[in-house]
Amino acid sequence: MSESLPIDNHSSAPIHPVKEFWLYFCENKGALVGLCFIVFIVFVALMAHYIAPHGPFEQYRDAILTPPAWMEGGTWTYPLGTDDVGRDMLSRLIHGARLSLLVGAIVVTISLAAGILLGIVSGYVGGYLETMIMRLMDIMLALPSLLLAMAIVTILGPSLKNAILAIAVVILPHYVRLTRAAVITEKAKDYVTASRVCGARALRLMFIVILPNCMAPLIVQATLSFSTAILDAAALGFLGMGAQPPIPEWGAMLANALQFVQRAWWVVTFPGLAIFFTVLAFNLAGDGLRDALDPKLKR
Amino acid sequence: MIKFLLRRIAMIIPTFIGMTLLTFALIHLVPGDPVELIAGERGITPERHALLRAELGLDKPLIVQYGNYVWDISHGNLGKSIITKQPVFKEFITLFPATMELSFFAMIFAITLGLPAGIIASVKRGSFFDHSVMGLSLAGYSMPIFWWGLLMILFFSVFLGWTPVSGRLSALFWIDADTGFMLIDSLKSDEKGTFVSAVRHLILPSIVLGTIPLAVIARMTRSAMLEVLTEDYVRTARAKGLAPFRVIMIHALRNALIPVITVIGLQTGVLLAGAILTETIFAWPGVGKWIVESINRRDYPAVQGGILLISSLVILVNLGVDMLYGVVNPRIRHNK
Repeated sequence: MSESLPIDNHSSAPIHPVKEFWLYFCENKGALVGLCFIVFIVFVALMAHYIAPHGPFEQYRDAILTPPAWMEGGTWTYPLGTDDVGRDMLSRLIHGARLSLLVGAIVVTISLAAGILLGIVSGYVGGYLETMIMRLMDIMLALPSLLLAMAIVTILGPSLKNAILAIAVVILPHYVRLTRAAVITEKAKDYVTASRVCGARALRLMFIVILPNCMAPLIVQATLSFSTAILDAAALGFLGMGAQPPIPEWGAMLANALQFVQRAWWVVTFPGLAIFFTVLAFNLAGDGLRDALDPKLKR
Repeated sequence: MIKFLLRRIAMIIPTFIGMTLLTFALIHLVPGDPVELIAGERGITPERHALLRAELGLDKPLIVQYGNYVWDISHGNLGKSIITKQPVFKEFITLFPATMELSFFAMIFAITLGLPAGIIASVKRGSFFDHSVMGLSLAGYSMPIFWWGLLMILFFSVFLGWTPVSGRLSALFWIDADTGFMLIDSLKSDEKGTFVSAVRHLILPSIVLGTIPLAVIARMTRSAMLEVLTEDYVRTARAKGLAPFRVIMIHALRNALIPVITVIGLQTGVLLAGAILTETIFAWPGVGKWIVESINRRDYPAVQGGILLISSLVILVNLGVDMLYGVVNPRIRHNK
């Protein structure tokens, strides 16, 4: 991060918080690049039906394992080549973007909602309940996340839906811990006491008074766990415990490509690149968000 | 200090209980009848079914079953694999050295590259090198390692032909699994070239498995060093006229290492989970690959035992790290 302040110090009116946040966010070039890529991939996912040149399940039996267009034997009908049953790679990747973003969105929504609820309750109520919840979260954190997710998938059976649920459970403890820590700090502040004196009840204090002031670390964590979710879903798909073929999920596509490593590099390279860039983009944006939202860094 | 240690040790007891509950639940929650799973799906008479049920203790109340389960595992009895009929614990112990060997070298790789990279990046803050290290480390952190492994195979094994594609040893050699650690066993073997073959098989998987720890260690070292380098005592050391190298390596690094050691220890859990993917790609005969295979073969006793053993290991390592932290960091030692 550069040391200079981008904000004009001469203007008298205080800068709007959103604008201030945006200025700090823009200071981080990597975060901007990440954000642009996220916007791009969201657009691709939304428009998948219109952009993709072929259907994701359509098999062209006369074009099996066609190399990408720029290589010898490639054709622009299949820009990134085809897989072992003649499905267009590009179209599958585009439709896969949908799945990966959906996985990320659902996982983050579930674990964020449950995590906030458990975190607020344990931070605000405290006592016996807090000890119980936090011990449980400690147990979950002690297990390697992929192993725990695998255990859950073993119980529920392999499918994309169960993989999403498993990853949401695995990510949950981070949110609970973050929320609880933030709630405990906020709870002791004067404005909370003031609202209580005014007669605000527990529910109002928890969700309307305290919660909005705990959001900054949660937003950062949500962005970062978006990438974790995509990565873990792909790993589970790769191990055959997530999305099942022929679903065009990036990880499952890679697992299927394993046997063609030596013959067709494009079947292996492109799904991985898609995972890598998407995860990287969310990590970059998450870092930028953290810098922009962290009051300690604001000089 | 003693109080700190005791508290920390006491804290792992509920964790262990929780884990046994999870693995116990695993076998009861999986769809299908465990008896049929074990006896095979072909016709089984109701009498034999009842007999097997009684034999497995499945006719008792759940709480008694759980008690028996805990009793068994505390005596090292993790049940038998459905497929191989071998005790799960024995299978685990035979395969574990392979995973340990791989994880050890992955860690060596991550530390020998990550520490210097982090130190140099912090000293030359804002330079091109610093930006590259930070960029690469973020990239490493975002890397789907199963894909990274495939790429490495594609490039180094298929394209360049430098390293073997998979396995621990070339099929040309046969050695007795003495210690289970291929490097030691192959050194003891009389056949020429065994050791070289073992090393060549170890290189790619170690790099792939070490990539995420490498990224984390480089980042952590950099930020820890940056913090320490602004301290007054470092300025004093510089003002005394000490050589910059001495100031950085002796004065600053020693204090910066404290958080780095913690991170290195905590990466062990990451390594064991990463081993699941790395071993699957490289057909490395370790516990990670074994668990994946067991899940796919629906060999639930093996899955149950494997998950329990791996997570116990991770918990013990984390405990060790916490204790080491108390030893390394005088502030914790003297506080309580």
